[in-house]
Amino acid sequence: MPKTNTLKLVVLLTCLIPFVLLVLATFELAGQSLGANPVEKLIHELGIWGLRFLLITLAITPLRKLGGPIWLLKLRRMFGLFSFFYILMHFLSYAILDQSLNWPMILEDILKRPYITLGMLALILLTPLAITSTNGWMRRLGKNWKKLHRLIYPIAILGVWHFFWQVKLDTTEALVYALILMTLLGYRVLTSRRIADYWRRRNH
Amino acid sequence: MKSNQIKPSEITDESVYLKRREFLQLTGAASLGATLTGLPDRATAEIKNLNTIASKYSTSQTPNSWKDITTYNNFYEFGLGKDDPERYASSLITDPWKVTISGECDKPGDYLLEDILAPHQLEDRIYRLRCVEAWSMVVPWVGFSLADLLKRFKPNSKAKYVAFKTLHDPMQMPGQRRRVLRWPYREGLTMSEAMHPLTILAVGLYGKTLPNQNGAPLRLVVPWKYGFKSIKSIIEISFSKKQPRTSWEMSAPREYGFYANVNPEVDHPRWSQARERAIGKGLFTAKQPTLMFNGYSDEVASLYSGLDLRRNY
Ligand code: HEM
Repeated sequence: MPKTNTLKLVVLLTCLIPFVLLVLATFELAGQSLGANPVEKLIHELGIWGLRFLLITLAITPLRKLGGPIWLLKLRRMFGLFSFFYILMHFLSYAILDQSLNWPMILEDILKRPYITLGMLALILLTPLAITSTNGWMRRLGKNWKKLHRLIYPIAILGVWHFFWQVKLDTTEALVYALILMTLLGYRVLTSRRIADYWRRRNH
Repeated sequence: MKSNQIKPSEITDESVYLKRREFLQLTGAASLGATLTGLPDRATAEIKNLNTIASKYSTSQTPNSWKDITTYNNFYEFGLGKDDPERYASSLITDPWKVTISGECDKPGDYLLEDILAPHQLEDRIYRLRCVEAWSMVVPWVGFSLADLLKRFKPNSKAKYVAFKTLHDPMQMPGQRRRVLRWPYREGLTMSEAMHPLTILAVGLYGKTLPNQNGAPLRLVVPWKYGFKSIKSIIEISFSKKQPRTSWEMSAPREYGFYANVNPEVDHPRWSQARERAIGKGLFTAKQPTLMFNGYSDEVASLYSGLDLRRNY
């Protein structure tokens, strides 16, 4: 299906744009710059893009159910993997650039700073989902694949919570992301079979 | 204002400033005029050269670039982003500027900025700056001793603290349209902190008038405390009996105290204060250790003898 492949290629390149811009900015190319505090800028941009792709991944199913085109489903895995990619880079910039790979310090941060604890937990949970995203793993895991990948819901909650907790003063932006996540998860709750059954029983 | 009218093209460039400083250190020369001609400058036209002398309180560390100092800072009156002050501070009108002196002193009143500055010789004070967010810079301020100013108003024996307020005008300071902090921004010092020779009021940067985003036309600089203590665009200074309340303390008392002395051993509840990122050192330089009182222990530690710094953070 060349058409699907073209679509996938276009989306792949689009998803890479934020990363390419950050690489250009790192080397002060094409008018891009990371500003006076490049380490902070990289961590923030990579974190926010990781979270955006996480929410985009979660938006696919509701969009499809609300009448979106079927090809959306074909992109879900790619969005999920991009989310992992950006969050992994987010973590690596923190560990390498911010902490200079000082593992005792990193461990102390993970244990002592609740927002980092949450972020780390989210990344640890996200890793097996990225690894088992291939067709081979899907086949091997069978019914369990779906169960395992439901971890995306707590991961997203941890991610937004982590964002919320690292804010110094103004939580508006984090709340917007929380609201989007609540909408995406709320949709699933309201349309779940159990709830639908409940309403049917009540109303008959 | 002690400044020479001069065309922007004649304003001293930062590289010239640094060379000039070497020259000063070599020759011990004191006063110099605004006659040194520099390269064309990035700063706006209103920015003028100031007559300054060197100070023994300056660090010999190399200052951050004009660009880093004027494009990366916190000044919530103009927005929460680090680049917001530079982007939006042009709406601040700094001339004319009035400062109200009030409280426990013999000469309260409203003073024009010119009158505040008139008797004081401006000095170059190159100080380390440590932000509570764990980043740091070296800043070549131009200023004068706060003690010298305060003495002019004859504080009486009841004056135990000095309180400061920033301008409150959402038309000029668009960040104040949102109540992220309780406006106006307030800060305070004990009398002995205010009278300490390291404590200055700054009116300039790199030998020139202060850009709006850095707290023009008059700001406090207390180099051994976290940056948020160094209140900007001051319109009121008052002497008080009681410890004044400060904006950050009012907003998050568990995270920010009245003293806010730089202290690597007392962490912020959400991050470590043991190390700091030096701005301007690029992507791959590790954080550097934070020094007690930001490296000014010899000068200021005695102010706090007997005080539990863990409690009085
Ligand atoms: C699902 C996983 C994660 C997501 C979605 C995520 C997302 C975010 C977001 C959105 C921000 C705020 C960016 C901004 O202010 O623009 C952030 C900040 C940050 N995150 Fe993460 N993150 C995750 C995992 C991690 C991990 C594993 C670590 C390190 C162990 C980490 C360390 C940080 C740090 C140090 C900051 C900056 C805090 C500051 O500047 O004060 N994050 N993250």
